[in-house]
Amino acid sequence: MTLAAGQGFLSPTGVEIAFLLVGVATLGAAVVTVTTRQLVHAALWLVVALGGLAVEYLLLTAEFIAWVQVLIYVGSVVVLLLFGLMLTKAPIGRSPDADSGNRWAALAVALAAAATLVWVVVDAFRSTWVDLDKATAGAEAGAGSTRVTGEFLFRHWVLPFEALSVLLLAALVGAIVLSRRDREDPKAGGGTGPTSGRSGRRPGVRGTGAGTGPRTPRLGTAGTGVTAPRTSAPEAPAPRASAGRTPAGARGDAAGQAPPPAAPQPPAPPRPTPR
Amino acid sequence: MNDTLEVALRLLAVFAVFLVFPLFIGQAEHKVMAHMQGRLGPMYAGGFHGWAQLVADGVKFAQKEDVVPANADRRVFQLAPAVALLPYLLVLVAIPIGPDNAVGEVVDAGIFFVLAVMGVGVLGSLMAGSASANKFSLLGGLRTAAQLLAYELPMLLTAASVAMAAGTVSLPGMLDAFEWWWVPWQIVGGVLFFVAGLAELQRPPFDAPVADSEIIFGAYTEYTGLRFALFMLAEYAGIVVLSGLTAVLFLGGWHGPFAGELGWLWTLLKTLALAFVVIWLRATYPRLREDQLQKLAWTVLIPLALAQIALTGVVKVAIN
Repeated sequence: MTLAAGQGFLSPTGVEIAFLLVGVATLGAAVVTVTTRQLVHAALWLVVALGGLAVEYLLLTAEFIAWVQVLIYVGSVVVLLLFGLMLTKAPIGRSPDADSGNRWAALAVALAAAATLVWVVVDAFRSTWVDLDKATAGAEAGAGSTRVTGEFLFRHWVLPFEALSVLLLAALVGAIVLSRRDREDPKAGGGTGPTSGRSGRRPGVRGTGAGTGPRTPRLGTAGTGVTAPRTSAPEAPAPRASAGRTPAGARGDAAGQAPPPAAPQPPAPPRPTPR
Repeated sequence: MNDTLEVALRLLAVFAVFLVFPLFIGQAEHKVMAHMQGRLGPMYAGGFHGWAQLVADGVKFAQKEDVVPANADRRVFQLAPAVALLPYLLVLVAIPIGPDNAVGEVVDAGIFFVLAVMGVGVLGSLMAGSASANKFSLLGGLRTAAQLLAYELPMLLTAASVAMAAGTVSLPGMLDAFEWWWVPWQIVGGVLFFVAGLAELQRPPFDAPVADSEIIFGAYTEYTGLRFALFMLAEYAGIVVLSGLTAVLFLGGWHGPFAGELGWLWTLLKTLALAFVVIWLRATYPRLREDQLQKLAWTVLIPLALAQIALTGVVKVAIN
C-alpha cells in the first residue's frame, strides 16, 4: 500500500468504470428486490444483486471470495429462499400482503448501515493506494488470490474465523432444537422452521382466502380440479387436500392434527447450514 | 493481438465442445440404453445406425409451437431454460483437457468456480417450477431444491478433499500434482462426488424431481419446443461436465501413458467412460423415492465425505 499521490483519485481506467457500472446495476437490483410485489421475482432479483457483488469482487481481483459468494449465496441461500417460497405460498403474480408495515424503519436501518459501512471503509483506507495486481508481501500471485486469502485467513485471523464457526454451530444446534417436533405443545415450533426467513408468513392465516385467487397454485388445494386426485401415488402429497400445506415445515399449527405420513422432504433441520 | 486471437480460439473450441458433446452423449444414451434393453434404438435418421437422430429431434423441436401457459410468470418462464443451460457452458471453460494449460481459461480458484456455477444451473429448474403455474411443476421444483440442498454438501466436501491432497484449488494445478496412488486414496470421495453429481443433474436413479409416473415431468411439464429442448440439452451438457470433472478430479484427467502427446485423449476416454456409467445407471437402477434420496444424502454421503476428508488430512500429514 502506498499513498495515492500521482495515481489520481478515481482515475477512470476501464476496470474502475466497470466497477462503478456494476455497482449501479447491483444497487438497482437490490432496490428492486425490496420493492417488487412479486415474491419470486424478489428472490430472482436478489440473485442478480448477489451476482453483481461477485463481479465486483472479481474486479477487485478477489477471485476466491467471488466464487464463494456465488457458491454460498446464489447456489444455496437463494435456493433455500425459493424452496421456502415454493413450500409455503408458491405465489405467481403480485402478492398484496407482501408489503411490510415498517418500510420506513427498514429504510432508516438500511441507510444507517450503509452510512456506517461507507464511513468505516473510507476512514480505514483514506487515500492509500492498493495495487491489486502486485503481490502484497512476497507472494507471487495477486493480492486477492486464493493463496493470499488463505494465508491471511488462517495466519492472522484464525481466532475470529474459529469464533465465527462456533457461532454458526450454535445457530445450527439452535435451529435443530427449535424445529424438533417431539414436544407436546404444537405451537412452540411455530415460525421457526428453516424456511421462516420470509416476512409475512404467519401460520394459521394462510387459508384459501389469503392468496391471490386462482393464480396461486397452492400445494394441495383444488386449483387444478380433476388433476390433483389422480396423482394418488403413495408419496405424492397432493391427496392431502384438506391440510392445505406440506408437512416438511416444522410448524404444526393445527393442534391435534396427526403427524403427516411419509414426509416428502424429511430432513428439514440441517438446512440452515449454508448461512 | 496474438493473445486475443488465442483466447478467442480457446473459447471457440470450448463452444464447439459444448455444441457437439451433449448431442453425442444424447445419441449414446439412445443407443446404449436400447442395446441394454435388447432393442436397436434409432436406426433410420442419417442412414448409418441413426446417427442423426438428435439432429432430427432438434429440427422437430424447433418446429413446435412455443407455448407459455396463460397464468405463468411469463418472463421467468421464458428465461429459465437459458439459466439452466448457460452455467454448463461456463463450467466447460475451466475444465483442463491436456497438459500445459490445455484449458479454455485458467481459473485460479477453479474448483470453486466450477461448483459455484454448476449450482447456479439448478436455479433454472427452480424458476421453471415456480413460474409454470402448475402443481406438478411446483412439486418438481420443490424436489429439485431439496435435492440440491442435500447433495451440494457432499460434492463440496469431496472436492475439498482433492484440493487438500493437491494443495491447490486450481484444476490444472491439481492435475500437475496428481500421482497414480491418489486414485485408491480418493476413491471414496470420487464415488461420492459422482453420485452427488448425478443427483444434482437429476439423473436416474435420482430423478424424483422429474419422475414421470408421479409428477409428469416435474419443473419442465409445461415446456414445449425449443425451450424444452434446451432443458434436455442442459441435462446432457451436465453429464459431460460431471463426467469431465470426475475424471479430472479423481481419475487423473490427462495422466496416462504418452500423456505428453495423447493427454487430451485420456481425458476424453475417461470422460466418455464415466458418461457411459451414467447411462448404464439409468438403465439399471429404479428411481429412489424422495425420502430415500434425502436419507441417502444426509446419513450416508455426508458422513462418508467427512471421513474421506479426515483420511486425506491424516495421509497428507503422514507423508509430509
